Amino acid sequence: MERYYQPEIECASREQIKAWQDERLVKQVRHVWENVPYYRKKMEEKGLTPDDIRSSDDLHKLPFITKADLREAYPYGLVAKPLKECVRIQSTSGTTGKRVVAFYTQHDIDLWEDCCARAIMAAGGTEEDVCQVSYGYGLFTGGPGLNGGSHKVGCLTIPTSSGNTERQIMFIQDLSATILCCTPSYAAYIGETMKEMGLTPDQIPLKAGIFGAEAWSEEMRQDIQNTLGIKAYDIYGLTELSGPGVSFECSAQTGMHINEDHFIAEIIDPDTGEVLPEGSKGELVFTSITKEAFPLLRYRTRDICMLTREKCSCGRTHVKMCKPMGRSDDMLIIRGVNVFPSQIETVLLNHGYPANYQIIVDRVKNTDTLDVQVEMTPEMFTDNMGEISKRQKELVDGLRSMLGLAAKVTLVAPKTIVRSEGKAVRVIDKRKI
Amino acid sequence: MSIKQISVFLENKPGMLHAMTDVLARREVDMRAFTLAETSDFGIARVIVDDVYKTSEVMKEAGYVHSINDVLCVVIPDEPGGLNRVLQVLAAAQVNVEYMYVFLGHQGTAYMIFKVTDIVAATAALSARDIKTVDQEDLEKL
Repeated sequence: MERYYQPEIECASREQIKAWQDERLVKQVRHVWENVPYYRKKMEEKGLTPDDIRSSDDLHKLPFITKADLREAYPYGLVAKPLKECVRIQSTSGTTGKRVVAFYTQHDIDLWEDCCARAIMAAGGTEEDVCQVSYGYGLFTGGPGLNGGSHKVGCLTIPTSSGNTERQIMFIQDLSATILCCTPSYAAYIGETMKEMGLTPDQIPLKAGIFGAEAWSEEMRQDIQNTLGIKAYDIYGLTELSGPGVSFECSAQTGMHINEDHFIAEIIDPDTGEVLPEGSKGELVFTSITKEAFPLLRYRTRDICMLTREKCSCGRTHVKMCKPMGRSDDMLIIRGVNVFPSQIETVLLNHGYPANYQIIVDRVKNTDTLDVQVEMTPEMFTDNMGEISKRQKELVDGLRSMLGLAAKVTLVAPKTIVRSEGKAVRVIDKRKI
Repeated sequence: MSIKQISVFLENKPGMLHAMTDVLARREVDMRAFTLAETSDFGIARVIVDDVYKTSEVMKEAGYVHSINDVLCVVIPDEPGGLNRVLQVLAAAQVNVEYMYVFLGHQGTAYMIFKVTDIVAATAALSARDIKTVDQEDLEKL
């Protein structure tokens, strides 16, 4: 039976959702106009005043905000509430440049935790469950967000944070954790370690996992589900908007419901900025309509994505987004070809290799080189040299047909690729451009 | 009759082979034979040891991917045409040799390790011609 944290919201009629969005957007635009000079200036440059925004139909008139704006306005330039009303900051890892610092009022945290609670219940969580949060706690939003959501659902929460894998497994076993929240790469690592310890899926008490904060493929989902004997659910979010829980997967496991009572989603053409019709592939843009301290209007996520309003079997009415096909920040341009690490992962898993891989990009004599390092596994090893070379060649062919690009495949010894306890480092780009 | 060979995956990089023999030396594994096959980026070390079970555990603990395979160990008569005769028998039995390597016993006897496609057919053909193969028990005494 499908469970909801806030059924009256999650299963509201489309008309009701639209009415909430209309009312909240109008109010939000006025809020930023009055409290954020940076926004007022951007709106004035487009000749807009709050009176021009009368409903969500007028959203497209507003200017975009980008990561560059966030950096320019760092640290307080986009804060819309007096600091004395703010109670927390969270921050991004800053891997793609300067850190983004987001501010929260107590109300903001409350709504964020509601979103995470919806995700946990959509994954089957109830107050009977033991929820282990193995996302990092601290500036990273993963730990605090799911921790809060788990409390709201009423799960017994184990705040292990990331790291110390043996201790993670000890708690899962000793306290019979039923739900695991962490990055998919860490879930895969925990699964791999449990398998090495001789634990079979039926000996692992976990029944569901909520995994996000990095791109992962459908094949990796199957892999994690099989190793841990669970159902693995995707969760999506950005620190800029709150953190995990902007959208989450339900029992259908075919895309993530966006919490449309808090966020309006648009798909735009990344080159022209034009809004694209439903079902088109393009850049995902979010407007936070309930955030008090750090409201973002039309924030460009750089995630390439699609939206669908098709009726979902779970009963939720909120729009679904597909797994992002890659963040344009993750995208590599190799010999002029766009390459997403998730494409490489798909090929590896389809060929029976593990999701432990590293992509090394270099430039030799003005030509980009792509080396995919994959770990040898007992399953893939044979005494027959020709057979190993044949599988290696099949992998090269598989990569070529997926990427349209020749890649080198290097088989490396087990455990030589560093395991991640948070976001995995998949790409090493040695090019000096 | 066949014996067990342990095949170990190694990266083809400086120090990798030594790292493996170091583990074997520290755990006092007695090797009978050792050979290496390689491509530009990886290799397979093939070893014949006194204690297969122990060596397999040692390799596993040290994190090596390895497999255990059946190979033929044939006594090669120390006379001209000794190897030729063995290969003639295998050829007549339509048995394909994937690879082979030699090692010497304590008394100077030569032993040839054969990896063949059909170990049952090979053993039958050799024993029909009175060519002696060594089993795991014999090996421990060599």
